[in-house]
Amino acid sequence: MSELRIEMKGLTKKFRRDSVEISVLRGINLQVFEGDFISLMGPSGSGKSTLLNIIAGIDRPSDGEIRVLDTDILSMSEDELATWRNRHVGFVFQHFNLIPVLTAFGNIELPLLLTPLSRKERREHVMKALELVGLTDRADHYPRQLSGGQEQRVSIARAIVTDPTFILADEPTGDLDADSAQEVMKVLAGLNGDEHFRKTIILVTHDPRAAAYASTRHYLDKGVLVQRDRVPMPS
Amino acid sequence: MAVLGIGFTVAIFVTMMALVQGLDSTFVDTGQKNQLVVIRQGSQNEVNSYFTRELFNTVKFLPGVAKGADGEPLVVGDNVVIINHERLTGQPSNVMVRGSALAGLPLRPEVKLVKGRWFNPGLREICVSRSLSLRFRNMGLEDTIHFARSNWKVVGIFEAGGTAYDSEVWADYGEICQDWDRPSYSSILLRTENEAAAEDIRKRIADDRRINLQAIPQKKYYADQTSTSGGIKALGYFIAVIMGIGASFAAMNMMYGAVMTRFKEVATLRAIGFRRRNILGSFVAESVMLGLAGGILGCLMALPLHGISSATANFQTFSEVLFNFRITPAILLRGLIYSAVVGLLGGYLPARRAARAKLIDIMR
Repeated sequence: MSELRIEMKGLTKKFRRDSVEISVLRGINLQVFEGDFISLMGPSGSGKSTLLNIIAGIDRPSDGEIRVLDTDILSMSEDELATWRNRHVGFVFQHFNLIPVLTAFGNIELPLLLTPLSRKERREHVMKALELVGLTDRADHYPRQLSGGQEQRVSIARAIVTDPTFILADEPTGDLDADSAQEVMKVLAGLNGDEHFRKTIILVTHDPRAAAYASTRHYLDKGVLVQRDRVPMPS
Repeated sequence: MAVLGIGFTVAIFVTMMALVQGLDSTFVDTGQKNQLVVIRQGSQNEVNSYFTRELFNTVKFLPGVAKGADGEPLVVGDNVVIINHERLTGQPSNVMVRGSALAGLPLRPEVKLVKGRWFNPGLREICVSRSLSLRFRNMGLEDTIHFARSNWKVVGIFEAGGTAYDSEVWADYGEICQDWDRPSYSSILLRTENEAAAEDIRKRIADDRRINLQAIPQKKYYADQTSTSGGIKALGYFIAVIMGIGASFAAMNMMYGAVMTRFKEVATLRAIGFRRRNILGSFVAESVMLGLAGGILGCLMALPLHGISSATANFQTFSEVLFNFRITPAILLRGLIYSAVVGLLGGYLPARRAARAKLIDIMR
């Protein structure tokens, strides 16, 4: 039986714009287990990215409960959350968010700088991550020297280099053409499907082709989880 | 631009400090250990001191005064006057003329004749410092200048190692007394046998109400003349502070710009797990490096001034005092520290802004 990774009960998030209160998430109940590959789909403004940010500890709900790895992350301070994210969360951004003055190697190494690993150990981890995303020959390239798909793969490598508990990907194919998008999704699917890794992945996307890689698809509409499709994993 | 601004500020700071250092060195480097300058009680310096010739012998034979190889006391009496003479630019300025005796040369080992010869006693001859000869009219070797009632011929050029003597003209004591019709002394310079003897002579002179003189250790006498640099030092620091504030604002402006354009990077680093203090430290370090870059530039801009000579007024003797700009390693270090502080002050608030911004707000 897979371990419960994330549990949300009655999660609600409201914003205030001038004098108007806007509900972005309403009473979300969701469970994510170890090894799940979940996609969150929905129109713009449906609350997908907000939900992802709450899971990552970047945002806080207005109401409700959320436990991640059986920890009440709402009780953690900013610094504790930063350390927790470094250890447990791998983030993949829509716009890659690579540091332009660092090479692919330097960007992937960033999360490891917060660990007690030696320089040699960090190098080993980075090269392993580059190998997993198929970019060992691009280690010394700067972001401007990479294609969009390659940049996103570097971003994925950065997300997995610390061997986090789960990966959160916010529109990872949003800025990519079809071929690059497929490249990226195959990498993510590989990280989830491979018996050795079995990464838990939560993917936020507009793209049904990207969502098709997930084993479970959730639909958010106006802050409410309205539908859930479970796609059987291939045997 | 911020680096350039900080660079100019540091260049001015280093220049002001080099000016002060040069002025201070001129006086502080003058003088020997175990030597006393004797002037009238209540006078601040030789120029406004005078006393009779009889007192010279009283002081000359005090116990504790060192003797030369010839068995004579190592003592020299001077008559110091101020003349007004034209610089090469045509502008008049006061110059100190020291009427002295060649027997006093061993007491001033920093003075070395580099051209010509020393003046002959009994003749209207002068020796001029090289620095003065390069700045004033008719003070080259073999030139003749007129002051008091006579024409005086320049027979020698000397150098004094950047000390106060580099701002002087020397002549025979007796000739000065005659031409000024002032048969008196301004000061006596004497060497003592040792430190204890120096203190003993100093006390003896101070306690003797009949002679109304005071004896000051020569190094202290000249060090006290550095009050000339006091005002310049204060002005230098004031200018440095004002310009530093301006440069800090320039650095701050630049860092705010850097923070605004790099909010995405900040968000990425925070999402990866870097803490607020890491972000703060990184931007502050960047700003300090920026400051240091400006500091290095500023030091390089100021360096060519090292050794350049200039002059200012000595507000104690009302004569021109020559000095060289002196940029020492300590001054360069102070310049770099100053630039780092400017960078730190300029970068702290923007860094704090980057660190304290709510992650969710940056990510939106």
